[in-house]
Formats: sequence, C-alpha cells, structure tokens
Amino acid sequence: MRVALELEIPSDVCHIEHVVSEVTACCAGLALPPRALTLRVPVALTEALANAIRYGNRADVSKRVRVRAVVSDVALVLEVHDEGPGFDLGRCLRDCTVPAAREREDGRGLFLMQALMDRLEHSADGGSVVRMTMFRA
Amino acid sequence: MTFSMRKQGDVTIVDVDGQLIVGNRQELKQRVLDELDKGERKFLVDFEKTGYIDSSGLGVLVSLSKKIREQGGALRLANLNDDLRTLFELTKLDTLFDIADTRQRALESF
Repeated sequence: MRVALELEIPSDVCHIEHVVSEVTACCAGLALPPRALTLRVPVALTEALANAIRYGNRADVSKRVRVRAVVSDVALVLEVHDEGPGFDLGRCLRDCTVPAAREREDGRGLFLMQALMDRLEHSADGGSVVRMTMFRA
Repeated sequence: MTFSMRKQGDVTIVDVDGQLIVGNRQELKQRVLDELDKGERKFLVDFEKTGYIDSSGLGVLVSLSKKIREQGGALRLANLNDDLRTLFELTKLDTLFDIADTRQRALESF
C-alpha cells in the first residue's frame, strides 16, 4: 500500500494547522502506531513546518514550503522542503531537558521532532529538506 | 482555536480550545500578560479541550510562568491528556510546572 499527499503553502505560520489537518486526515484509518495521529505526526510536522517557514524561508511569503507524505507498508515518511540554505542538524539539535535549558522559551523543536519520530534527517535538494520517518510496526 | 478567560475567585482561568502552536501562542501570551498588568496574580491554564501543543506553545508557557513568578504570582496547569502529558515529560517541563489532574485540584492548590 502506498498513499501519497503533496501540498504547497506560502511561508506563513497561519497555514500550518491546515496542512497538519490534511496530512492526518490522509493517514486516518491506516494502521499506524499508537498516538501517531494525535501526538507524533501533528507535533513533529508542526515543528518542521514552523522551522521551514521561520528559519528556512525567513517568513518571506513569496517563498514556498512543500510537504510530501508517503505511507508505505513499512513506514510513514514526511518531507518538508523550503528554499533556505539548510542547516547542520547535528549542531542545531540540543538537549532541552538539561536544567540550564529548561527555562528557555525556545530550543525544543528539533528535540521534539527527533523524540516523536523514529528517524530525523536533513539534506539539501535545491533548498532544504527535512525528512521524518515513523515505522508502522 | 480559541482562548477564553474568566475569573473564579481570585484565579484567572484560561481555557485553550484547539491547538496551542506557533500561529497563536502570541495571542495567549498577550492576553495573560494584560491580566498580569491589571494586577491579577493567580493563573490556571486548562487544557481539557486542547488538541496538541508544539514547542512554541510550550515556550510561551515557560515564559509566562517566569513572568508571573517574577510578579509574585503563580501559574497552574490542569487537565493534560496523555498526549500532552507525554510532551511535558519528554521535555522535562513536568518538573517546572505545577500540573493538576483536574481544574478543581488546580484551584485548590493555590
């Protein structure tokens, strides 16, 4: 089985909730791990979209963010593309649970993406691509 | 998503209906700060009708908690479902906030 959904939005955070709703609706009824559609996908996808809009495209509404969701027998893969220069995932990923970081307002997005999904990757493909994988079994 | 605010005794109760995410967290922050400026000091955020919270939403709660404490006040959270509680546990924010199972228990904890 292979279900695919592709969406494209301007770089404005007001579009995030709609995209998340579309993706979760597309996956409804599929056999996915517990909390996939109530917690893991909504939060991880919201984080990836927010980063793409705010940091990748610098909230420039003339720039686009593309989302691709593919469900196979093995996994759900979410890709978020922006037009930015990309980033070093290893350097940006911080442990927000240490006492010194706990009272900070920011710095939890990538941490949550990694914690909620089974695999988090970043690559450059004419822009920046964040790929999140959640295995179905 | 909507935020509704009301008073119960000297506690300002905020209900979060829908998501608390990057697109609306500033509205919540401003509304609570406005009440803080007016002299309110006890705040309860009730998540009974909340879907999910992202890192920006969590960050706003951290920021508000700090600002309220600096003014001698207190912030309590209530009615986190299992998904929301997981977010607080993953980020260890469950150690930073006073979280009650119910609104009533949160009110009694002030």
